[in-house]
This record gives sequence, structure tokens and C-alpha cells, in this order.
Amino acid sequence: MSKQPRPESVYFFGTCLIDLFYPAAGLAGMELLKREGLKVVFPPKQTCCGQPARNNGYQDEARKVARLQLDSFPGDWPIVVPSGSCAGMMKTHYPEMFEGTPDHDRAQAFSARVFELTEFLVDVLGVKLEDKGQPVTITWHPSCHSQREAGVVEQPKSLLRQLSNVTLIENPREKECCGFGGAFAVRQAEISAAMVTDKVASIEETGATSVVSGDCGCLMNITGAAEKAKKGFKGRHIAEFILERCHGG
Amino acid sequence: MVAETKKLEFGAKAHVALNDPKLRANFRRAMDGLMTKRAAQFADVAEWTSLRARGAAVRANALAKLPELLEQLEANCRKNGIQVHWAETTAEANAIVLGILEAAGAKTVIKGKSMVTEEMHLNAHLEKHGITPVESDLGEYIIQLAGEAPSHIVMPCIHKNKAEIAELFHDKIAGQAYTENVDELTAAARAALRGAFAGADAGISGVNFAVAETGTLVLIENEGNGRLSTTLPPLHIAVTGIEKVLEKLDDVPPLLSLLPRSATGQPITTYVNMISSPRKEGEKDGPKAVHLVLLDNGRSRVHGDTELRDTLRCIRCAACMNHCPVYTRVGGHTYSFTYPGPIGKLLTPQLEGLDCAGDQPHASTLCRACADVCPVKIPIPDLLVRLRTESVRPTSPGAVKGAGSATSATETLGWKGWTLLYASPLVYRIGTRMLGWFGNLMPSSAPMLKQWTSVRTKPKFAPKSLHELAREKGFCDE
Ligand code: SF4
Repeated sequence: MSKQPRPESVYFFGTCLIDLFYPAAGLAGMELLKREGLKVVFPPKQTCCGQPARNNGYQDEARKVARLQLDSFPGDWPIVVPSGSCAGMMKTHYPEMFEGTPDHDRAQAFSARVFELTEFLVDVLGVKLEDKGQPVTITWHPSCHSQREAGVVEQPKSLLRQLSNVTLIENPREKECCGFGGAFAVRQAEISAAMVTDKVASIEETGATSVVSGDCGCLMNITGAAEKAKKGFKGRHIAEFILERCHGG
Repeated sequence: MVAETKKLEFGAKAHVALNDPKLRANFRRAMDGLMTKRAAQFADVAEWTSLRARGAAVRANALAKLPELLEQLEANCRKNGIQVHWAETTAEANAIVLGILEAAGAKTVIKGKSMVTEEMHLNAHLEKHGITPVESDLGEYIIQLAGEAPSHIVMPCIHKNKAEIAELFHDKIAGQAYTENVDELTAAARAALRGAFAGADAGISGVNFAVAETGTLVLIENEGNGRLSTTLPPLHIAVTGIEKVLEKLDDVPPLLSLLPRSATGQPITTYVNMISSPRKEGEKDGPKAVHLVLLDNGRSRVHGDTELRDTLRCIRCAACMNHCPVYTRVGGHTYSFTYPGPIGKLLTPQLEGLDCAGDQPHASTLCRACADVCPVKIPIPDLLVRLRTESVRPTSPGAVKGAGSATSATETLGWKGWTLLYASPLVYRIGTRMLGWFGNLMPSSAPMLKQWTSVRTKPKFAPKSLHELAREKGFCDE
């Protein structure tokens, strides 16, 4: 766990999915940081971490896009990312993607500054949450990449457990992939459909009224399937959920 | 013989598997059980971490010295009286095995479980030449009766439930009444197999580890059929991929601990056979002759790439497939080739060529569940990405068989467009604004969206992007 001094300013990386589909989640993430007294800067040149191209085998393309991100966060402040998947990409894959190129050193320095949002809130800021919301029952969905690539496992749950009126029910199948996988959802549409259907069923079985996650790819997949199948639960990004509970949105 | 030119139709086979409720239930139940049992074995994280590091190191070390170790293995096996044969291709390996059997006048063969002979399609080859191979591992015996290939590398008939096996035995074993009583079913197989053991002219087995230092073949199993196959008949032929070599005897214990615990959640297997020579003067049992066939079949090419080489660390425990969300839903037959699941997606395209099995590396969400449980730390997802990269843009000529075969003008153009959008702040600003305006007008039946909306609602572009909102809220000033 990275214990590092509390900075005065942070950068925020919005992610491409959040930018276009879930901006409220991004804004909530920035609000949470701001309310901790930090100066939050959203560099306007940023776009996407480059993961889609990398995962599909288009490395030159991924590097081009990644290089724009290296350029876009010039200071040495931490870079906070409201997505375990993009954080994992930037933490673990940037250095290897630029190996043997003139950008390798700065990619490494960049990676060392990347934090997934809940990781930053817990490990660096040590936030204390005060729940002002109504009693509610939720379950947590960790993205595969947040667990296994960014190494963020306990932090989001510890945040949720701080909320006094929130009952967190563990999904026995929480670690299992929801079937998103970017292009996989289209390339292997039927397998992806089977996976998300199972995921939705396992969430429904917990009896929770909301599934909270730190990744909008998973949320888009899970809530999209739940909505189409008219299931009784909603999906929320953890930043929005916490902001609403503690600060009334 | 495997002149396999079939272009894998993973999606089509997956469709069939996904719509087979019995198959899905069989897999779910079996894999849930295996996952739970494995987790119990490695509850002590510190022990798992250090044991796994040792396992990975032992395998990596063996691969780093592969050429020398193979020579040493050959020399020591010869010294011990084991005859060693080298096969470049599966066709050569089949010819070698057939030649040995024919020279000995062998007509019936009893087989212990071996994935490499599946890779060679050895049974079909022997049958074509009038030799009858009988599989003696219970799972293999069942699928042989059913005329199927294994759907799992450790538990070949995991896709079948009790009732299906009961029916199969009733159909295929003369005089066998229909029963779902497991003991009775096992007894029936045992009775049939005892005769086959007694009458076999030769035994064929795989090898789990071949120890270079001592010229020892290590074979682990639970049922005793491996032991019977390798000691009862007068002739024993062991077949293995060249990567299974280990430097020394001391390297065996960590792997003996990792393999069964990862595979079936057992602390250790019932039998650990260590074969170091044919029957010696005055000994009461054991074959008179032991042969070792070392198969390359593309492995030395895999070995030549220092990154992809990690693929060859695999000890065939199947933990990756047991934990794979794709494998557990579609089963092993969907993969069309001998090795299914995550390791198959990695190994098959490298052995058979990306032109032939190039779909496989894409049949993954890169969820990393496989890498998490692999006892020898093979970074499977990263290597899958490497193969995806090779299929669109080969890194060096001849690095991977069939590299570059997936280059498609439309796809390349698509990624060019993607790069244009995401690598330039200005294009991104204009482009995403347009997407926000018009994106929601796209019909659900549009290409790609159609697959997405098969079970999901259409994602909605937000009225204002985060870029716009961040600017409005004053987060953009640096
Ligand atoms: S890749 Fe790893 S987990 Fe999979 S079979 Fe091989 S050793 Fe086992």
C-alpha cells in the first residue's frame, strides 16, 4: 500500500467512457477530492488511456494515444483515475509499452503517479465518510482490472463500510468477470451475453437494490443487461454514490 | 495425423455450447467445486506466494537451459537403458510410436492419460494401422467409448454427468445394465480395463516431468492406471513435449505440490511414478523396454521468443481453465483443438498458427483470473495481447506461425480513425461533441450495437461531456 504525503493538488483523468457516457461519475470524483481540500485539475488535452487499441493488438496506435496522456499531465502531482481498468492500464502497461523508446522514463514516472480513485481516497487521503443518506442495501462489483491489474481490492469496500446506513451484501460471485472485455462484448457477443446474464442474476440474488462499481465499462454492461431484463436493481459509480450519501449530491 | 487446416469457428461452436443447458450446468457445477477445493489448498497466501515463486523459477530455469538439459536428459536416459527418440512434427512422432510397436509385433496398446498423444491424434493413427489403443484413465476411457475428444486437460469427461455416463455404458459395454450408481459404473469400467491391461502388448503414457540430471520420467496420477500401463506390458513408450524437462530431482517437489493442488484441490496425487529404466536383471516387474519420444511440434519456435517462451512453463494443471469465465461457459470442445481454455488460447495459435487458430486469443476478456491462479505464473493475458498484436502486425518475420494473418483493411482503418480521434485534443473535442449530438440517434440494429443490444439496452451519450462539465465547474484551469 502506497503511503505518501497528502498533496495539495491532484490531476484528474476522466476516462473516455466517463467523458461521453457517465460524466456525472467523473464530476463526483472531482467533487470528492475537492471536498477533501485539494486543488483538482482536469487537463483539457486528455482523452483516453489507450487500452482499447492495446488490448486489440494495435500497439502503435495505443502508444500514440498514450503519449498524448503523458504530455497532458506535466506536473508531478498524483493522477487520480475513477476507473480501475484505466488505472491498471496506466500503472502496469505504460512502462512496458514504451520500453526501448525515448518516452520510457517519463512513462515510468507517469505510472508511479497514477492512483485509482478509491485507492487514493483511502490510502493517501485516509478519508472519513459521514453517511447522511437513507438506509439502503447494496452490493459491490469490482472490475477484473481493478482487482487484478491495479491491485485495488479492499479500498472501495472499506469506503462503503464506512457508510453507516449502507448495508453491503457480498456477492459470492463478485470476482467473476461480467463479460464486458471491450471488443469481446461484440466479437464474442454470445459468450459475453451469457456472462453478463449470469452476473446480473448473481447480483439479483443478493437482494441489493443497487450495484456499486468503480468502473463504467462494467456498469454499462451490467446495468444495460439489468435494464433490458427489467431487473429491480440500479447501478452506480462509487464516486457518485459516496458523494450523494455524504454531501447530498 | 494432424494436417489441421481447419479455421476455427469458435463463435459457432460457442453458440451450440451456450444453448445446451445440460452442458452449462455440468460445467458450472464441476468448476465451482474445483475452484472451491483449490482455494482451500492455498488459503495460506504466504505459502502460496513462495511455493509459486519456486515453481515458476524452476520452470523458467529449465526453459532457459532447454537445449543443454534435453541433451543431458537424452544421455542419462540412454545410460539408464531408456531409448530416446526425437520428433519434429506430430506426424514424425506418430511414425516413431508406430514403428516401435510394429517392431515389437504389438497389436494392442493400453494407454495412460496423455495430452500430447491427443495433440498427435495418436489413437486414430494407430487404429488406421491395425493397432487397438485402449484408454485406461477412467475419464479418457469414457470419452473413448463416446468417440469424443477430451474437453478438459485433467478431467477429460468433465462435460458429462452421471446420467450421460450411465447411458453410455449401457449402450457400449456388453451386458451392462443402466445404472447411475457411481460404484457400479466404476466397477464396470474396471472390469473391462483389467482385461485390457492383462492382454496389452505395450503401454503408452505421457510424462509430467522429465528429470535431466537423473534421466527419470515422473508421472503422477490418481487411479493406478498409469502405473499399470507402464509396468504390466513388456513394452512402455512414454511421449512428451520437449518442454517438460526439469534440471534436477530437487526441482520436482515444488511442482508435485503445486500441480495436484491447483488441478483438483488434492494435497497430493495417489500415485507418483518415477521411471528410470526398463526391468533390470532379477527384477520381478516392469517392461523389458522403455522408449521416450520427445516431441517438438513448434515448441522450439515458441522457445525462440523470449517473451512467448513463458507459455512453455505450463505444467498442465488446468487451474486456468477451471477459473476462466469463458471456458466454464462453453467447455473444452468449443476450442476445437487439443488444449482448451486460457492455456489453449495461448498454446494452440503458437503450435498450429495464427492463420488457423487466430480467433482464440480474442476469446478472452483479459480478466486475468487465469494469471491469478497459474502456479507457474504464466502471464497469460499479456501473452494473449502479444498474439493479438502478432496477428495484425508481426514484430519479426517468422516469430509466430501465421503472424499478420488477421490484417484487415477495415479494421486497420477503424483503428486509424480511433487514433485520429484520441491522439489529438482538437479532433477529440470536435469529434466527441458530434458523437454526443448524433450518437444517440444510432439505431440498435447498427453493426456492433446489434451485438451489444442483444441482451442490453443501448448506452446513452450524456448531454454534456465531462470535458464540458469540468470546464464549466472550473476544474480545467492549470
Ligand atoms: S497455464 Fe498455468 S494454470 Fe494453466 S494449465 Fe498451465 S500451469 Fe496450469
